[in-house]
Amino acid sequence: MMYKIDQARLGELFAAIAEKKDLFLPVKKADQTDFALWTKEAEVDLDTLRTVKSPKDCFFPQSETLYNTSLEEGKLSIDAAALCDRDFVVFGMRACDVQAVKVLDNVFLADPVDTYYAARREHAVLVAGACHEPEETCFCKVFGIDAAAPAADVATWRVGEALYWKALTKKGEALSEVVKEHLTPAEESAVEEAQTQIRSIIDKLPYSHLKLDVFKETPMMELFDSDRWEEMYKPCLACGTCTFVCPTCQCYDIRDFKTKDGVQRYRCWDSCMYSDFTMMAHGNMRTSQMQRFRQRFMHKLVYYPDNYEGMFSCVGCGRCVSKCPAALNIVKVIKTMGGEG
Amino acid sequence: MQRELMNRAKELLIDETVVRVLGWKKGDLGYNHEPAYFDSPEELEENFVYDAFCGANLSKYMIEAGKQEGKTLVFLKPCDTYSFNQLLKEHRIKRENTYIIGVGCRGNLDIDKIKAAGIKGIESVDADGDMLKVKTVYGEKEMPFEEALLERCLACKGKTHMVYDELIGAGEKEEAGPKGNRFDRVSELESLSPEERFAFWRSELSKCIRCNACRNACPACSCLKCVFDSNQFDSNQKANADTFEEQMFHIIRAFHVAGRCTDCGECSRVCPQGIPLHLLNRKFIKDINTLYGEYQAGEDTDSLAPLTNYTFEDAEPGIVAERGRK
Amino acid sequence: MGECTCATGTGNKKQDILIPMIGVITDIRTETPDVKTFRVVGRDGKKLFEHMPGQCAMVSVPGVGEAMFSITSSPTNTQFQEFSIKRCGVLTDCLHGMSPGDEVTVRGPYGNAFPVETALKGENLLFIAGGIGLAPLRSVINYVLDKRENYGTVEILYGSRSMEDLVQLKEIQEVWCKTEGVDVYLTIDREQEGWNGHVGFVPSYLKEIGFSTNKTVLVCGPPIMIKFVLSGLMEMGFKREQIYTTLELRMKCGIGKCGRCNIGSKYVCKDGPVFRFDEIDELPPEY
Repeated sequence: MMYKIDQARLGELFAAIAEKKDLFLPVKKADQTDFALWTKEAEVDLDTLRTVKSPKDCFFPQSETLYNTSLEEGKLSIDAAALCDRDFVVFGMRACDVQAVKVLDNVFLADPVDTYYAARREHAVLVAGACHEPEETCFCKVFGIDAAAPAADVATWRVGEALYWKALTKKGEALSEVVKEHLTPAEESAVEEAQTQIRSIIDKLPYSHLKLDVFKETPMMELFDSDRWEEMYKPCLACGTCTFVCPTCQCYDIRDFKTKDGVQRYRCWDSCMYSDFTMMAHGNMRTSQMQRFRQRFMHKLVYYPDNYEGMFSCVGCGRCVSKCPAALNIVKVIKTMGGEG
Repeated sequence: MQRELMNRAKELLIDETVVRVLGWKKGDLGYNHEPAYFDSPEELEENFVYDAFCGANLSKYMIEAGKQEGKTLVFLKPCDTYSFNQLLKEHRIKRENTYIIGVGCRGNLDIDKIKAAGIKGIESVDADGDMLKVKTVYGEKEMPFEEALLERCLACKGKTHMVYDELIGAGEKEEAGPKGNRFDRVSELESLSPEERFAFWRSELSKCIRCNACRNACPACSCLKCVFDSNQFDSNQKANADTFEEQMFHIIRAFHVAGRCTDCGECSRVCPQGIPLHLLNRKFIKDINTLYGEYQAGEDTDSLAPLTNYTFEDAEPGIVAERGRK
Repeated sequence: MGECTCATGTGNKKQDILIPMIGVITDIRTETPDVKTFRVVGRDGKKLFEHMPGQCAMVSVPGVGEAMFSITSSPTNTQFQEFSIKRCGVLTDCLHGMSPGDEVTVRGPYGNAFPVETALKGENLLFIAGGIGLAPLRSVINYVLDKRENYGTVEILYGSRSMEDLVQLKEIQEVWCKTEGVDVYLTIDREQEGWNGHVGFVPSYLKEIGFSTNKTVLVCGPPIMIKFVLSGLMEMGFKREQIYTTLELRMKCGIGKCGRCNIGSKYVCKDGPVFRFDEIDELPPEY
């Protein structure tokens, strides 16, 4: 069922959601837009196509406490962190980011389930917006994602003065129910023209026609042993920008933080681009940046698909394309390895 | 100028003056050029680029390039030569392993500023004139070159190269000189109350994602192993355990590069969150200038740096308390 | 996302698999100058969990670190688990400084195991270990000795740098050497006073003995030893499908999610640590 709301009244919609659930949405802060908790004062920014960090934080925060330990008279005690128990809505996701959540689900919801992640996923409602003005860095189409019809709990479109709202799942319908007094029924066809428009722009984007066949057809070791890695990695600064802005990177570290009462054991995002990622007391299996660079892209384009029925661990959001300090990115890797379309 | 640079690089490769060339490789979007090594004239012909999107400072790459066999040709813009000199001074680079071509520069562009001006879906950018001509999937757009300049170019140190073996396209003196006082913004922040200033930095630094791009791009951050990468250090290089840590990382980094930072602006250029990190460094530079006399790191390779040199005229430590009282 | 209110809420504290148990160290044996064996039980004095030979567990001292160690005791031991740990980093330094009664955290067991109940059943077994590499194999050896009737011949070739560096020497001499149908071959790298046994590296001793190929081999030791043992076995006519080893990589989660021990499409913590060499041949050489 298609509904609509006047865009000028979105503040009321947000307030209505926030009354019942936590609401995360793109908020502009110090000139940059990232997902943040909605407040009346928040500068909501639905125009920015892509937040700097992906909404991954809402499910898998950059750092989170797993448990606290303390030692008293030689006795250890462990106090597990509470799991998420409050419903929340992530509003303004993009189709690529929604697909990225599925990529994360495959890892975190596989047995043994990551209960921290699972609790957040269970309590989350994903509301995604169609991308009316896709950019040159976008290549979601390559992964079969339709930016004109995001596959979230609720899909939205901004056409003219209105925001169109369509629940696609039970969770989505439940949310529609919560805010129903703010929505009025609308024609399904109201967004069709906008969808056609979006798809025609996407067809014109420079990366929309990349080919991934080479990663499906070439034996893993042939790709691994390719001479091209040596050519590609050199400008890499070994920072973690690509990893941390990536919506699908899911590697993490577990570390200790000493508090005044004991030790807080937390996990935080980690990057396979960092030299200490595989460092052990007695050695390191990836000693060169070439090996680390190769690991990141082999994982996204070969290893992950091998484990998950051909699904790539890249959704074409283009964040690494626009943020890498050395202008390296997965597109250059795909092209260099033979995926020029 | 691109053709001229490319031809000269080819000559130097062919006559074996150098064995490799460190320059910029053409990106596939017209603005995303990457630092790159070229080993043959053919590679240069195919991919070498030099235009207003070659912002990357190649000095730091010379630390690694310099360790390799044979001479490396590196292209340096005027401001890059300060970083190069500073690394020479710190014995991180061997001068004899380097052949420097100083390249002329009319300023480099910030793609984020172009996008912030509402220009989306970029297919190509023509940056030859005073107006940028941008082809996009949404039609042709224009914006003034000046308005898309990188932050660093707004405080240009001038068009003179501090170190080079030869110059190409350089010496356009009429364009030289900073357009504004680079300390204006620092003074503005100084004039705020401590609470306001703290709020400003809290807001900026809370965006930090600890990707370490600033550190890894910074030519002054040349430690073999960073203190933040030590597992003996009760902190973490990849996440902030609390809000104190995000401030600590940047402030410690600013302290570590104080007196050595040439104000090249790479930290702010590469920051994915657009944090004006250069302002922390400029505050140090401004204070050093005030307390020890005008000093520009990287201007030469032999002068003693103010913070590693003692003179009887040096400010007494008590000045800290005095200035803090203001 | 410090502002997320849900995670700081009053949600239940369902035990995630990453949350460890508390283990009490009840005994510490000094094996060699740099290896100690730690006996660990739960606070209730009972075994922490059941495991299979070759599986590992994450042992941690909060505030110092957490790392994966192979469980050296046999599953047939109903009283406790043991870990033989070599001192080589921050965490192992700290563990070596501990005393009986001290507490650590333990979670596991993780990973696959040697297929003692399937592929190895009924087979003749040859164990080849070097130095601390005996740790994971000891679990299998004792399991096999306790269920002797299920397996064919058992031969153990074990070497270390010196006499002092032979781990579990007491058990080897008093139990393994005295068990019927078990042949034990010991060697040390260099001549030493008081040592009447064989002198020389494990791979060369292997060739000197010249085992027949009607057996399955389980090998663990330093990479350089494994490399030469493997080529020795190949020369002797063994097939790669007949040889098992266990890999060691950096691990954080132990459950195939944190990505650290990922090589090729495998996660060593989850899909390993036990691999057959023909399986390893299909992986990128990053171990």
